Amino acid sequence: MAVFPDSMAAHGRDARTAISASGLVKNFGTTKALDHLDLTVPAGEVHGFLGPNGAGKTTTIRILLGLLRKSGGEVRLLGGDPWRDAAELHRRLAYVPGEVNLWPNLTGGEVIDLLGALRGGLVSARRTQLLERFELDPTKKIRAYSKGNRQKVALVAAFSSDVELYLLDEPTSGLDPLMETEFQDVVRQLHEQGRTVLLSSHILSEVEALCDRVTIIRAGRAAESGTFDQLRHLTRTTVEVETERPVEALTELDAVHDVSLDLNHARFSVDPGELNQVLRRLVDLEVRSMTCSPPTLEELFLSHYGDRVEASPPAAELVHA
Amino acid sequence: MMTGLTGTSRLVRLALRRDRVSLSAWVLGLGLFVAATTAMFVDLLATYDDVVRETWLVATNAGMRMLGVTSGASVGGYMLHREYVTLAVLAALMSTLAVVRHTRQNEELGRAEVVGATVVGRYAGLAAAVIVTVGANIVLALVLGLAMMVNGLPASGSFLAGASIAAVGVVFVGVAAISCQLTSTTRGATGLASAVLGLAFLLSGIGNMLGTVDDRALRVTSAWPVWLSPIGWGQQTRPFGGGHWWPLVLFGILLALLLVVAVALVGRRDVGRGIWPERRGHAHASATLLSQAGLVWRLQRGALLGWTVALLAFGLIFGTLSEQIQDVQGPAAEWYAGIGGTDQIADAYRASIIQMAGMFVAIYVVQILLRMRVDEAGGTLESVLATGVTRPRWVLGDVLNAAAGAVVLILVFAVSMGLTAGQVLGDTTTQVREMAEAGLVQLPGILLLGGVIVVLLALLPRWAVPLSWALLVTALVLGPMFGPTLGLPHWAQDLSPFTHIPKAPATDVTAAPLLILASICVALAVAGVVAIRRRNLILPA
Repeated sequence: MAVFPDSMAAHGRDARTAISASGLVKNFGTTKALDHLDLTVPAGEVHGFLGPNGAGKTTTIRILLGLLRKSGGEVRLLGGDPWRDAAELHRRLAYVPGEVNLWPNLTGGEVIDLLGALRGGLVSARRTQLLERFELDPTKKIRAYSKGNRQKVALVAAFSSDVELYLLDEPTSGLDPLMETEFQDVVRQLHEQGRTVLLSSHILSEVEALCDRVTIIRAGRAAESGTFDQLRHLTRTTVEVETERPVEALTELDAVHDVSLDLNHARFSVDPGELNQVLRRLVDLEVRSMTCSPPTLEELFLSHYGDRVEASPPAAELVHA
Repeated sequence: MMTGLTGTSRLVRLALRRDRVSLSAWVLGLGLFVAATTAMFVDLLATYDDVVRETWLVATNAGMRMLGVTSGASVGGYMLHREYVTLAVLAALMSTLAVVRHTRQNEELGRAEVVGATVVGRYAGLAAAVIVTVGANIVLALVLGLAMMVNGLPASGSFLAGASIAAVGVVFVGVAAISCQLTSTTRGATGLASAVLGLAFLLSGIGNMLGTVDDRALRVTSAWPVWLSPIGWGQQTRPFGGGHWWPLVLFGILLALLLVVAVALVGRRDVGRGIWPERRGHAHASATLLSQAGLVWRLQRGALLGWTVALLAFGLIFGTLSEQIQDVQGPAAEWYAGIGGTDQIADAYRASIIQMAGMFVAIYVVQILLRMRVDEAGGTLESVLATGVTRPRWVLGDVLNAAAGAVVLILVFAVSMGLTAGQVLGDTTTQVREMAEAGLVQLPGILLLGGVIVVLLALLPRWAVPLSWALLVTALVLGPMFGPTLGLPHWAQDLSPFTHIPKAPATDVTAAPLLILASICVALAVAGVVAIRRRNLILPA
């Protein structure tokens, strides 16, 4: 079921860069919420915005929406100034807030229509299809919905509008896995239509599944930005190996970290690009079996926040632990 | 049943801890209110003749009987005639809000689930709410009794009066206990109990209105409908005119019955749900909802309807009083003359009553404008301003609704008062026209206050709510209703916008002060909008 007919793909204005922020600063009193953040999202890209709680994701999005005023730096949105041209720009974007606060005595259907109308109109065929897709009953009052269903109201309200840019602030935190899949399908379709999506998230598999590029934000700064492949080069590969002879010799290598040894069995991580050097050593130890796992997004994420990446034990051990 | 009450004492302690500020504030606030009004009436009705004249005035007017019952000539009795219904309604609200807070609200917010999963019986939450709230009412009875006694009223009458007010509060503990079982939302439970309260007021009012007056026209014997209403029972204790304790027994019996029903209902429903299913609404928004102003209208139209009904009723009642008021003499006549700006008592009366209505409308305006703060702090504003709605348009939505509501309310009051005044005095057309004009004259003062509130919302958002109410109270106290009586200096009285409103229809209306007030109001609103465009929004984290 295609929610978005192809005719909607043709879109007039094509600002090359949908979002650009450089050296963006935001202070709340003495607290530095954003500390020279850089963020660039080309038009037509699905961009992941990853970071722990309090990193400044929501603050960034609120500055992009002109709800908060930047303290310094440059920021452009769809070719305009998000503070000065706020309402004008908002006609070209749709937003799903991280914490969905709606009017408790309106129904879901009323809220979807209201937000659509305030934005400048919604596509009623999309509204119908999205309601079906997300299995949302529009006749219930907002206060009677669960958190997940309130989130669906916000999602349907946003996706029912045909706009250039979708700003989604942790949009799936209350959805069940089935709805998560529906959500991903919708975002993929938007991508195919050439829409731009900024997806802030904690759910790494979701970002990995959907995003072209990702910006990792930590303590108000962009810690890293790039495609997933580029970012993986920055992280270590985890190696698990069983050998005939003890593997102690490996610990001498600078490229090897986090070694856990058990006679002939070892787990360790290797710096990117140093795998060959390690392999040569291992061959001498007569390898019986070996697994190499690429870093998961989890590890990639953690390595940016100074936390040591603990080698995660195999599932079987977890059960016994 | 006993295991059903496990954990009650712990929950009582939890409820007391949560409510130590709010219930104390209710009890102390009502105590101070009673102390102040009793002192005022003791002061105002200095001689026996004053008491007789004022009591006669309210006993012989059907409209005033609706608001209270008289039991012979005494200062305490007159005070209760004026304040009993208000106090009983407030005590009932205190009880309703407290019971709902500790039962239905806990369920709605999911707290009951957390608590219910521990060693806590099915009925413990309800039991704790009932114990704490009945306890608060007992304290209230004593505090109110004390507040009257220190002003020199007889001790037994004072404490009976306190008990008869708190008894209504106790009955509404039971009413709220049931409403919380029937509906599944906090709002629904509060609304249902409030509807019962409204009915109780109506029944007692109608019973007293249909009652008969004794030979001296000082004591009203109520008709049978009062016995259908707990407010009516409380009035029949007649603390300063006979002193009957036995109606209090009725309250006890009713509370017991209500609690039995509530407990039976608890056993028949799931946690988080009510006996009545949640009502469905519309799948699509109506065309009138689809703008910021339309949204605000939708959110506050219930409040406006309630205000309209209340002001309509008061307008009709105060209109019928226009005839008897001509016989008023002494301090009361001076009071009206002072506020009305003329010795012609009928004109002075009309001018002072329409000013009073203006102050009520001011309360409405403050209430509606402060919704903007709720929008911002509650997070709904984020969704609205992320659409094509500009900040000025957001402010405009509330300002338009507040201003239009003010016009409607003051006109409803003025016209209904003009109608009944015309019935008793003749020439209804002129009465209605003059009252409507006098009503419209009040608007610039009211709206100027609204302008200040917009500025407060823009510049001091976190403090806007308490500051706005403080400002309203200050404007009222410095204004013509209280300023002269309190002997405040002229410069202080001049600070209130209400001081500068021409005293229509008693005196001629001059355009200058109205135009000045209106321009200040517009200037403030524009300044507020400019300031609100420049600041960060304070959104929930």
